[in-house]
Formats: sequence, structure tokens, C-alpha cells
Amino acid sequence: MEQTRKERIDRGLKVRTGGIYAISSGREIMYLVGPRLLLIVGILLVPLFLEFAPYWKRVVNIMCVYALLALSFDFLANYVGLVCLGGAFFVGVGGYLSAIFNVYLSIPMYLSIPLATVTGAALCTVLLLPCLPLRGVYFAIVTLMYPLLFTRVIEALDVLGGTNGITGLDGFPNQYVEQYAIIVVMLLSLFAMRRFVSQDIGLVIRGVKDNDQAVRASGINVTSIKALSVFIAALMGCFGGAYIAHLYMWAGISLFALDFSIIPIASVVIGGGGTLVGAVIGSFILVPLSESLRFFGTLRIVIYCAALTGFIVFKSEGLMVYLQRKYHQFERWVKV
Amino acid sequence: MEILVYGIINSIILSLIALGFTLVYSIARVPNFAHGALYITTGYTAWLCMNKLVGFPYPLAIVLSIGITAAIGALIYRFILIRIRGMEISEIIATYAIGLAILEGLRWGGLRGMTFTLPPFVPGSMDILGVNIDYQRLIIGGAGILIFLLLYLFTHFNRVGLALRGIAQDERAAMMLGIDSDMTAIASLAIGSGLAGFAAILLLPLGNIIVEAGYNVLIFAVAVCVIGGLGSWGGTILASFIIGFAQILTERFLSSHYTMVVALLAIVITLLVKPSGIFGKQKELEERV
Repeated sequence: MEQTRKERIDRGLKVRTGGIYAISSGREIMYLVGPRLLLIVGILLVPLFLEFAPYWKRVVNIMCVYALLALSFDFLANYVGLVCLGGAFFVGVGGYLSAIFNVYLSIPMYLSIPLATVTGAALCTVLLLPCLPLRGVYFAIVTLMYPLLFTRVIEALDVLGGTNGITGLDGFPNQYVEQYAIIVVMLLSLFAMRRFVSQDIGLVIRGVKDNDQAVRASGINVTSIKALSVFIAALMGCFGGAYIAHLYMWAGISLFALDFSIIPIASVVIGGGGTLVGAVIGSFILVPLSESLRFFGTLRIVIYCAALTGFIVFKSEGLMVYLQRKYHQFERWVKV
Repeated sequence: MEILVYGIINSIILSLIALGFTLVYSIARVPNFAHGALYITTGYTAWLCMNKLVGFPYPLAIVLSIGITAAIGALIYRFILIRIRGMEISEIIATYAIGLAILEGLRWGGLRGMTFTLPPFVPGSMDILGVNIDYQRLIIGGAGILIFLLLYLFTHFNRVGLALRGIAQDERAAMMLGIDSDMTAIASLAIGSGLAGFAAILLLPLGNIIVEAGYNVLIFAVAVCVIGGLGSWGGTILASFIIGFAQILTERFLSSHYTMVVALLAIVITLLVKPSGIFGKQKELEERV
């Protein structure tokens, strides 16, 4: 019986664009720049297209927040090896801090958001510091508990507005500022993260994930590298939280809700772990889908979870890795 | 005196909750984050059997619902976890997703409000050492001790139980002796889920069947297991006594809001002082999964 197997070969165009010759013709340049430009321009144009659907403009804002959270999860899980099931913790800390700055200390919004982002990330890092020597299951368990812990503490002590939350935050001056603030930050962090992980420090970080003993043997402090990574991931999460607090002009315990933990994870799995872009694409698919399923109530969580499990079991590489392969390579059947 | 009696009962409750989780982790090396969901599923199935369907008698409903939960556990392993075994991140996310899907699916399917309750086995209460305690809590204490004994006997004097222990101790050596790793993993998930179900049947008569209880059960199970050392049974029981008494003390002297906080603080402190848990097998921090 004649047997065949599938062979994958890089496209000639991909090989040509590997070096300096990429700038030799427009086609090569477009091959490299095209997909990136499509994402950037596409996302920047979305608010203009949605001019007549104000509800969906809100959805785009939330979608970008989830994209940021997904980026932070993807970075922590697939580069540093820390599975953080509590993305909501970052959101909650960022949101509450920005509410404290804005309402209690009456710092204007354009200062309170960045301030909340940085102090929030520092606070998250300090709070997670005891758990940083842990890996895998242990870290996942502990981070899963942190948002719940904070919810309980706020409920029990009745501080920070208790169950009612803090109201009266400044809103954004107009819709365009509101939208482009998050879109620009999201795109900037996406490309900044891509650049960050391909630098030397990115190599060390991946080393921590694969073999932390080897990293330690090289004289590098593993815990400080992990703390740095958590700080970076928390920056994105806290910005998302601070932004949401100002968007709704309210910070409450729903900032610690499960949605902020589970949807980013689902987006990363669907988009393709370890690609960073995949995380963003995944949340662009999931969040509008979940909005259109809002009618079904909690059934939508069931739907994501089913999608999540299905992707993990049957298509664990995710959409983005699949698309990249199709873009860069062609396939053919050859005789064995 | 009240603290002593209720502390012991509370500790047994915690160890019942944690037993299934630690059993699955020690044998199949899968952190079963669907544990809380299986717990609630059992309660809901038992409720359905008694109230919606033909109106089964209580004992039959109990047996049936535990059986169904055990089967669900086995099926989860057979069809989903078996494909991703060994990939930690995927295992955590997949079991967590399954658990969430079950819990939120039940919530959507009508498990809301306070109308879902299981009756206690024997209503009423009595005085022990001057402390008033209801029969259900006494039954929990007795059944808890009984189940520990049964598990001990099962794992020490039964072929299947010995095989499970063999896989837990050294998977490769056990496989060389002809023990099927996947079959024992399926068995361990079935038993672990069955234990979650058993705990549910015993504990749910004390309160309502609500979805949030599923999350709390998962958290307490995990807390106890981390403090006792994941995969160590003696550690689990000891840790549940520590947390159990700590909780009763906080409930008595502070407020019941803090019980969860105590569990979490205990975890953080344990991780700082002795990261592998009280009876953790891993000697070095870096060896921890």
C-alpha cells in the first residue's frame, strides 16, 4: 500500500523576508507589515464604524480590557510558567486604588489611572511575593484564592464602601478619549510585550519556566525575575482595573469577579498560548460572542468553558499558531 | 467545651471535603479543580431524585447520586484528562473549566435560591458534655471516622487499593509490575468524586444546596491539602484539624466572615514557613510541581 505523509515547507516569500532583503520590494514589505497593519488599523477604525451603535462601543472598551488581561495571563503562563487563575485580583486592586486616589484624595483622573497602575502593580507584586517560589498547581491555587480573600475582607471589615463600593469617580471627558485610551494602551502593550520577550531578559524568563535550576546555577536570582514578571503582568491588569473603575465611575467588589479571571484564560487558549497576539485575537472573538449571548445568563460561562475544554483537548495549539503556520508555510502530500 | 466539640466536628467536615481532592492528586497527579462542582452535583442529583423524579426513598437517592458523581469523575478522566495528562497548565485549566461549566450550568438550570435542601438523616439534637449538638453533626463525625478506616483498609488490604498506592508511590515501578496507570487513574477519579459526593450527602443537610458552596468547598479542600502537603493523607487530616479549630476559634471570637480569611492566611503562612506542607513529600522547594 502506498503511504503518504504531509510535508510542510516554508514559503519562498517567508525565507526572502528573513533578512535585510525584506525591503527589496513592496511585496516583501507587505508580507511582513500587512498582518500587523491589519490588526492596528482595524482596531483603530472600529470605534468610527460603531458610531451608530453606542452599546457596542462599550463592548469594544471591555473587549480591549480583556485583551490586556489575556496578554498578562499569556505572558505569565507561557513565558514565566506561573499559571495565574486570579486575573481578577489585578483588576480589583487597580480599580480600588484608582477609586481611592480619585475619590478620597481627589487626584484628577489622568493622574489617578497611571498612579493606580504603578502602585497597584507594586502592591500585587508584594502581596504575591510569598507565593513566588511556587510553581504550577500551587501558584494557580493561591492566585485563585486572592480575589476571593479580598472580597471577603472588604465585606467583613466594611471598608472601602463595603458591599456598595466606592461611587463618584470621574468619568472620561468624551467617548473618543474613553475608547482610544484603552485601544492605544492595548496595542502599545501588545507590541511592547512582543519586543520585551524577544530580548535577553525574555530568554532568562523563558529559562525560568523551562528549568529554573539551570537559571539559578547561572547566578541569576529566580525569585527576582519572577517578581519582575509579575510586576509587568500586574501593570497591565491594574491598568485594566483602573480604566474600568473610571469607565463605570464606580469601584466595587464585582471588580474581583470570576469573569475577569476566566475569560482571559479562555481567550489565551482559543487564540493560542505563547503568541501574545493570539491572546488579543482570542478576546476579540470571545467578548463580543459573550455579549451577544448575554440573554442566556450564566449559560454563557458554560459555553466558554466548553469551548475552552474543547480547544485544550482537540486543538491545543490555538487559532493563532494555526494561522501563522498557514501564512508562513505550504503543505503537500509526499510519498514515503 | 463547645469549642472542643464543634472544633472536632468542623475538622472532620474539612477532612471529608479534602479527602477526595488529595486522593486524586496523590494517585493520578491531577489537581481536580472540578471537586466543588462534583460536590454540588451530588447534592442536586439527590434532591432531583427525591423531589422531581419518581420520589425515590432517601437512601436509594443517596446511593444513586454518589454513583452518578463517581461515574462523572471517571468519564472526565476517560474522555478529557487522559488526552492532556502530564501537561500541568492544561490540566489545571481543563479541570477548572469543567468545574465552572458544571456549577454555572446548574445555576442556569435552576439551582438558585434557598429552596433546595436535603433533610437531615435523623432530626433532633442532644446534649453531649453540656453542649447541644444535632444528630446530623454526630452522624458526620461517626461517618467521617468510618470512612477514614474504610479507606485505610481498602488501600492496605485490597488488590485495587494496593495498586492505587503503588501508582502513587512510584508510577514507573508500578507499571512494570503490570498495573495499568490509566485504569488506576480512572479508579482514583471515580473514588475521589465518590468521596466528594459522600461528603456532600453528609454535609448538605446542614445548609442549602447553593452554587457558591461549590466554590467554597473547592477552596477549603485546596487549603487543607496545601497545608497538609499535597498528596499526603496524614497531612490532610492533621491540617484539617488545625484549620478546623482555627475557624471555630475565629468564628467564636471574631466573626464568621473571617473563616475564609483564616484558611487563606494559613496557606500563606505555611508556604512561607514550610512550603511543602506539614507532611509534604517533596524535600526541596524547587521539586514542587
